[in-house]
Amino acid sequence: MSIRTRTQSAFRPRKSIDQSVLTQNRSLLADIDRRHVLRGALSLGALTLLTGCDVTEEEPVQKVLRTVSAWNDRVQATLFRSGHLAPTFSAAEVVKPPRFNAYYDIEDVKPVDGASWRLELAGRIADKRSWTAQQIYELPTQELIIRHVCVEGWDYIGQWSGPNLRGFLERVGADLTAKYVYFHCADDYTESIDMATALHPQSILATRYAGEIITDPFGYPLRLRTSTKLGYKNAKWVKAIEVTNDFTETFWSKQGFNWFAGI
Amino acid sequence: MHWINAVAIFIMIGSGWKIYNDDVIFGFLHFPDSIVIGKWAQHGLQWHFFGMWIFVLNGLAYLGYGIVSGRFRYKLFPIWPRDVFVTTADALRLHLRHDDLTHYNAVQKVLYLGIILVGLLIVISGLALWKPVQFSELAALFGSFQTIRLVHFLCMSAIVLFLIVHVALALLVPQSLLAMLTGGPLVDDKPPPPTAAASAANATG
Repeated sequence: MSIRTRTQSAFRPRKSIDQSVLTQNRSLLADIDRRHVLRGALSLGALTLLTGCDVTEEEPVQKVLRTVSAWNDRVQATLFRSGHLAPTFSAAEVVKPPRFNAYYDIEDVKPVDGASWRLELAGRIADKRSWTAQQIYELPTQELIIRHVCVEGWDYIGQWSGPNLRGFLERVGADLTAKYVYFHCADDYTESIDMATALHPQSILATRYAGEIITDPFGYPLRLRTSTKLGYKNAKWVKAIEVTNDFTETFWSKQGFNWFAGI
Repeated sequence: MHWINAVAIFIMIGSGWKIYNDDVIFGFLHFPDSIVIGKWAQHGLQWHFFGMWIFVLNGLAYLGYGIVSGRFRYKLFPIWPRDVFVTTADALRLHLRHDDLTHYNAVQKVLYLGIILVGLLIVISGLALWKPVQFSELAALFGSFQTIRLVHFLCMSAIVLFLIVHVALALLVPQSLLAMLTGGPLVDDKPPPPTAAASAANATG
């Protein structure tokens, strides 16, 4: 069979090397065949054990990985389509109750007292008067039947309603050109989202789930629900909203989870 | 490119197993901590979203080079079904011949082409997993979110199976490893006629 003439690789020298080295070594290599397999298998096994001594948490490694994660934040901000809506679903597909997740178990949830609760406003907001739950309930609401995607890999369809976040920010005179919107929570959790996500039509301050007031484990009386972020970005039991240009690490990003966490 | 890819695949599979463990697809399958990359969930994720750049950029360079240089067309095609059967039968009887390292046999062609397609699918399903909303049109092709996870997982499984065979065969035909380290024999337009020594060596190999 003849070999067709083809383009020579740019990475290979034009001039042929002496093939005799390969030819001479062939018989030798063929001879140690079995030992080779054995040795190869052993070193492969050793390679898998390498992961046992984990270098991930070492400072220089973390520095590289977190730099890449910060780069991924920027890539995700570029990929973000501000007018693009997440798929929505029918009420029949809604899972009731929603799935619980927090940095502690459901038994350890400390319910928020709705009567004394106030939503505080801070940062680049013109009208910083606090809001009672009742005042929030009186705002026009929007309903979203969207998919909740957890970073762990599970998902479910949820039906959330409450005032649109953009509408709320406009109402209180927030600086919509600021970079971040921070959410401070009753359980000392903090989360923040980029302004583009805050202004997305499917970002709401949810007060209801499947038509009923949200129950304690799921963020009563107020939580963030946005269709374009992983579950952990959707802060529950929100007690303060801050609009700012200053970046500070949030609960999970401090521990190495990706900050942007867009889906 | 091959060895960069090997490192990337190693990172992607190890960290992927770590991520999988957080919410298993199959109740019976949980990857032991000793073979996953990353101690905590965030570390698995950090490695995965670091390795993806190496895997994708290196993969794009490889595909681009393979297509532009005509290497794929030349090396992987044509594939004749008859050759595939004959070579498979040979391989099963452990008659592996690499008289010419620069030539892939029919089974190699099928496997290499197949694994390139799996590589493409694992990136596409990965993209849909990462961005099911931004790329909702792409995600919709798969159906549900869990289907995307399953496809991504099955692609990984195919790559692991391929690797087992690939590494085992490379070890059985050690001269191919030598070639991989030295860059391989150069192919002239007309290959030199095999010498007597080469023929003898091949007969024993």
